[in-house]
Amino acid sequence: MPKTIFEMHSAGRKGVTLPKREIDTQLEQIIPQGYLRKEMAKLPEVSEQDSMRHFIGLSQLNHFIEKGLYPLGSCTMKYNPKVHEQLVRHSCFSNLHPYQPEETLQGALSMLYELQNDLAEISGMANVTLQPVAGAQGEFTGLKIIDAYHKAKGNTHKNKIIMPDSAHGTNPASCTLAGFKVVEIKSNEDGRVDLEALKAVIGDDVAGFMLTNPNTLGLFESQITQISEMIHAVDGLMYMDGANLNALLGIVQPGKIGFDVMHFNLHKTFSTPHGGGGPGSGPVGVVEKLLPYLPIPMVAVKDGRYFFDYSHQETSIGKVHTMYGNFAIMARAYIYIRMLGAKGLRRVSENAIINANYLMKLLEPYYHIQHTEACMHEFVADGTKQKKEFGLSTLDIAKRLLDKGYHAPTIYFPLIIPEAMMFEPTETESKQSIDDFAEAMIEIAGECETQAEMMHEAPLTTPVRRVDDVRAVKVLDLKYEIKD
Amino acid sequence: MPYISNTDAERQEMLARIGAARFEDLIKAIPEGLRLNHSLNLAEPLSELEISALINEKTCQNTCSQTANSFLGAGVYDHFVPAAVDTIVSRPEFYTAYTPYQAEVSQGTLQYIYEYQTMICELTGMEIANAGMYDGATAIAEAILMAVRKNRLLKAILPATLHPEYVKVIRSYTEGTGIELLTVPEKDGVTDLEALKTMMSAEIGSVVIQSPNFYGNLEEMFALDSIIHSQDKPLFIAAIDPIGAAVLSAPNEYHADIVVGEGQALGNSMYMGGPLFGFFASKLDMARQMPGRIVGGTLDKDGKRAYALTLQAREQHIRRDKATSNICSNEALCTLAATVYLSLLGREGLVEVATQSTQKAHWLAAEIAKLPGFSLVYPKAQFFKEFVVNTPIPARQIITKLVCQGIYPGFNMGTYGKPNQLMIAVTEKKTKAAMTDLLNALKEVSHA
Repeated sequence: MPKTIFEMHSAGRKGVTLPKREIDTQLEQIIPQGYLRKEMAKLPEVSEQDSMRHFIGLSQLNHFIEKGLYPLGSCTMKYNPKVHEQLVRHSCFSNLHPYQPEETLQGALSMLYELQNDLAEISGMANVTLQPVAGAQGEFTGLKIIDAYHKAKGNTHKNKIIMPDSAHGTNPASCTLAGFKVVEIKSNEDGRVDLEALKAVIGDDVAGFMLTNPNTLGLFESQITQISEMIHAVDGLMYMDGANLNALLGIVQPGKIGFDVMHFNLHKTFSTPHGGGGPGSGPVGVVEKLLPYLPIPMVAVKDGRYFFDYSHQETSIGKVHTMYGNFAIMARAYIYIRMLGAKGLRRVSENAIINANYLMKLLEPYYHIQHTEACMHEFVADGTKQKKEFGLSTLDIAKRLLDKGYHAPTIYFPLIIPEAMMFEPTETESKQSIDDFAEAMIEIAGECETQAEMMHEAPLTTPVRRVDDVRAVKVLDLKYEIKD
Repeated sequence: MPYISNTDAERQEMLARIGAARFEDLIKAIPEGLRLNHSLNLAEPLSELEISALINEKTCQNTCSQTANSFLGAGVYDHFVPAAVDTIVSRPEFYTAYTPYQAEVSQGTLQYIYEYQTMICELTGMEIANAGMYDGATAIAEAILMAVRKNRLLKAILPATLHPEYVKVIRSYTEGTGIELLTVPEKDGVTDLEALKTMMSAEIGSVVIQSPNFYGNLEEMFALDSIIHSQDKPLFIAAIDPIGAAVLSAPNEYHADIVVGEGQALGNSMYMGGPLFGFFASKLDMARQMPGRIVGGTLDKDGKRAYALTLQAREQHIRRDKATSNICSNEALCTLAATVYLSLLGREGLVEVATQSTQKAHWLAAEIAKLPGFSLVYPKAQFFKEFVVNTPIPARQIITKLVCQGIYPGFNMGTYGKPNQLMIAVTEKKTKAAMTDLLNALKEVSHA
């Protein structure tokens, strides 16, 4: 691995020049010594070129979308258009202060207003808050709204949220944070919600049901109408985790099929980049009866003037972000929606579904697939065949893919499929690139048979070999010990 | 269609291979009655050329803080960002990469996070830092939650001098968890030490202090340390300004247990307040209680230095409803900007940014206080780069008048029930000429 930036330190070296001091009072004269730091923070001192070589050197150790396909299931690693990046950097976006007078923010506010409306239309919801900055924060916001709805009705005994065992880990974690008890139910043989299991746990204490649809097996929950009837019968609310919305654009409006609340992942469905882990954006849409509980403020318009609307302050759940959420991410999503329009968005989902089914078809002869019916935008294969026959695991297969220039699929999730490998090619991949990827997967299936030893060793060609993450926990090394 | 690769012919070819006659055959699992039978009602699609024109139109309806002479702060600051920062965060290698779960092809992201953690530890004097939180507000909320995991005490004290928007977020985050939030009153623009003394008891789990506080004033951190740590268990949560950290007492000097704050000022543009990012650091004994991602150094199979996400058993994808937090996506790219920024500034550069901001803020404060009708609201308090002034007429009126002259004179404290106060932030970017323009404009107001 390259040296750390701290090892490049040379005392007195500078990477930036600042203007001369126009006012040069001694710091000690304006702030008493007792408030001042005794020892300087040991930040590295490097030149601009040193810094650029270092960070560009690091960048070259990453896999990224422009390098190759990223088949991560439920992560929707689609291509991130470059015009978004250029337009969003405009000084009249990047240098806006959140507390500027509203009349100086009209362009930005009108854009947010339109985005709220577009997302409401896409989801079939009554309105959408843009404030949550990540999917998990969207979940938390949605659950707070569910809580507020029940509290307003005096239903303080409703403390349970039901979800299937195929749920993303953030679902139960967000429930705990919002003060709910999680009840997990088993999926049926079909890979869908087991209605009998659901019946068994439904009661008056149920606040809501949380469901990813299509679910994490890539299957549409066909019984959604029955499920929502059962939940609504006890005055529970239906929450949709929108992680897999890429399958539904222009095909299904969640707000029209029984869901009351849902979050979007703009960094998945609407093509904003993942940034190596963030920033994302997790807007939340709700049906009419939940509008009073949306976070403050919303963006509204009156007589052609856009403004931050606090009119529902009394009933609102409050805030989840210091300001108004991740504006720069919303701007990218807005551009994406405007460039695709209704037809384009429908085409996104159609092609995402075709690509996933096509890849499944190509892999089916080589890898075990539990649920072979037509999938939506993703599917789950597994490594059980390779495990049983050659003693190789899904981890080995995933690591070998790295050698072939691809990222690994999502592995060991959903938890209900042993040795799971979840594939989501997304609509931006072409037939050729899926063919090539399938070819690599098929080669690996062959290598499992003939070169099991090598497979245990993979990856062989990546910047580092298999990383010892057990050691990373046992011998905690969480920061560089600066020597000077 | 933009960004969709396959042509109609290719679609047909693929459908044939799948064994489907048409697309609809693939979505049979969706009951027909649930499918949309019309097109979404959205505006007609635009080409790249047209969308550029539309966005230009939108940007022209804004006046940014570069064109205007802005003295706005209140949590989001206009510090200088060197060009090289954007060069790095614009690299697709960083911005289109996923979360670094596959360590072998994510060493670039993992190593910069390790370096970021090190820099945050240096600035805060703490022993461990995570890879970042959503913003300063959620970082404080998560710190309070972590304190509860550590000492099981459900009462937390917030200062009256904390950013009011942070308080709203902290309320949202703690409401469902059984935590009781108490407020210690302020006196002369800082936390009332005597009042805090009377509030401390064996039941208090944590005390949050923001310094510089919402008003820009410096809290008496050493005195607060003695009061908070007069009990065995309470944890001292310090929320600090990361630029101020270059010159102000390091949190380990006053024995803070958890140190958090808003990190935007470190190399990130303001973007109307988002993305922001929160930094989060503590003493090592809370390593297993931390929220969020953490990167650790380790070895690869050949014994070579490598990095990996570590202590993942705390996180939602493993521990589910028992996780330390629900956070998954964070604000990674903003922490990359911060890491590059701090490397470019270096130790002396950051001190210079902090020093110039302070020098200019203090000069401006003194000059404004000389204007008829204006005075400092907290003359007894020490402050860093932001301060509050009494105004002869409501701040709202001053702001309306000055906007026409291209000046954003500051934050209207009327937002929080103090109509005749204006809060003014100064960074190293402000020139004496720009500050003189503000002074002249304010002088006119006071004469009118």
